[in-house]
Amino acid sequence: MKTSELILAIETSCDETAAAVIEGGRIIRSNIVASQIESHKRFGGVVPEIASRHHVEQITLVIEEAIQQAGIQKEELDAIAVTQGPGLIGALLVGVNAAKALAFSIGKPLIGVHHIAGHIYANRLEQEFKFPLLALVVSGGHTELVLMKEHGSFEVIGETRDDAAGEAYDKVARTLQLPYPGGPRIDKLAAEGEQSIDFPRAWLEPESYDFSFSGLKSAVINTLHNAKQKGETFAPADVAASFQASVVDVLVGKTIRAAEAFGAKQVIVAGGVAANRGLRASLEEVFADKQADLLIPPLALCTDNAAMIGAAASILYQQEKFADLSMNAKASMPL
Amino acid sequence: MNILAMDTSNQLLGVAIVKDGVTLGEHVMHGHRDHSVRLLPAIEQLMKETKTTPADLDRIVVGQGPGSYTGVRISMATAKTMAWALGIDVIGVSSLEGLAHQGELFSGYVCPFFDARRGQVYTALYASNSDSFEQIDEIVNPLFSDWLEQLREKGERILFLSPDIEMYRSMIIEILGEQAIIPEAAIHYARPSVLAQIGAARKADDLHQIVPNYVRMTEAESNWLKQQEQQK
Ligand SMILES: [Zn+2]
Repeated sequence: MKTSELILAIETSCDETAAAVIEGGRIIRSNIVASQIESHKRFGGVVPEIASRHHVEQITLVIEEAIQQAGIQKEELDAIAVTQGPGLIGALLVGVNAAKALAFSIGKPLIGVHHIAGHIYANRLEQEFKFPLLALVVSGGHTELVLMKEHGSFEVIGETRDDAAGEAYDKVARTLQLPYPGGPRIDKLAAEGEQSIDFPRAWLEPESYDFSFSGLKSAVINTLHNAKQKGETFAPADVAASFQASVVDVLVGKTIRAAEAFGAKQVIVAGGVAANRGLRASLEEVFADKQADLLIPPLALCTDNAAMIGAAASILYQQEKFADLSMNAKASMPL
Repeated sequence: MNILAMDTSNQLLGVAIVKDGVTLGEHVMHGHRDHSVRLLPAIEQLMKETKTTPADLDRIVVGQGPGSYTGVRISMATAKTMAWALGIDVIGVSSLEGLAHQGELFSGYVCPFFDARRGQVYTALYASNSDSFEQIDEIVNPLFSDWLEQLREKGERILFLSPDIEMYRSMIIEILGEQAIIPEAAIHYARPSVLAQIGAARKADDLHQIVPNYVRMTEAESNWLKQQEQQK
């Protein structure tokens, strides 16, 4: 297998229609994202059917732009990669069928990529991996600690037992009547507030790397509700700061413990919540004097994009792990 | 001209290859749960058997729905992307029209329909006689019982074609009696070669712009509009 292969990657698992061309797993030749955030705003969250409809409208446009910006002809591609899952099934199906159609039409191999593998590999577009590697994956749908001993091998050592961190952010944002998407708003507000409310930290069993955020979410809602009944008010900035402190404490605490227990050489933060400034600052502080190098991708690579899918696909290409034309989209699938 | 036609908007998965008006082959399968798994393998197999390569294709005709939102997107995403990759034309044809054309030898009205749940259908009406075949009005999404009452007013014979005919046979006969003509099984299943034939004569669509004809807006959008109305 050649090592400077050109992969066109497609990502449509949620509300971004994206295509990218990645060279040799590490060089971004193009990275196109058509965001639908404006269409979903008025509904206060992503509407799956609307997302799917937008994907059909955008799919050939983003593919064409990715090829053009990469400055290549589609015949020069070595493989077509696509997010197979997990995600919104109707949304995934658009990308999967487009990828199959393209691979068949130009006679190139097809590669199915796990969305979370993509988020992790986004970091390899910045810096080469060193194993063992620990990844903290935090997004609207995921909160996981993943241990990697070599390329393409993923061991989930901890995961959320209820809500994902990003979900908790969205729900608390709604309670504070912040507009969608709530996560970034809370992060911004938290920077202006004081940690004046003592919200619980769900550490679970001492040896566990699992997470739980539903208790925290309920605590925030109850605190605000009780205060309202007593005619008291909390400054939204203080609520945001206190809530964020609780989330960040647990995420950072479990990450550092796992990094030390497994002797991680690198600790990677992946997923949309990796853009959170509170989380970044706290991780940077804690890992400053530790053995493991901390890697957090730039903002554009944290949120959903196709470059990360192409980066993860490169490993599967080298391992010749190709999919056939009966590949299907999967709403949930193991990493 | 080599045409690849496909439709996955309802229960049937249909793929056909038509060369200069001759159907080289077609593949029709039931089972709307796994169109996404079966469509590309069906295309690949049929092309192999008809000794057609992707590069031989001149245009792609795709059933534009209405039907299952997810189903119609599977063939639309496939058709658009193949047409883009091969640099050829894509033509969308109403899936109801494809079915209706199977009744073109009939003289009178032809009413194709697809079940749309909760007593509703997707349907349109066509006027057929020995020298013309025309669609009357737009595709609609009515309660089927209301639609049948409207058709009764026409006072003429109406041929019904639908893969969901058995669900509605007694209702049709109850409302329209002798006015309704309901043929036996096979003709209720749309053949993709008919879609290819219709698409052969059409002007190409804009490859990037073409989308399924969902007929309905999404539930979220219609609820939102209702809310806006109430707030006025
Ligand atoms: Zn994601």
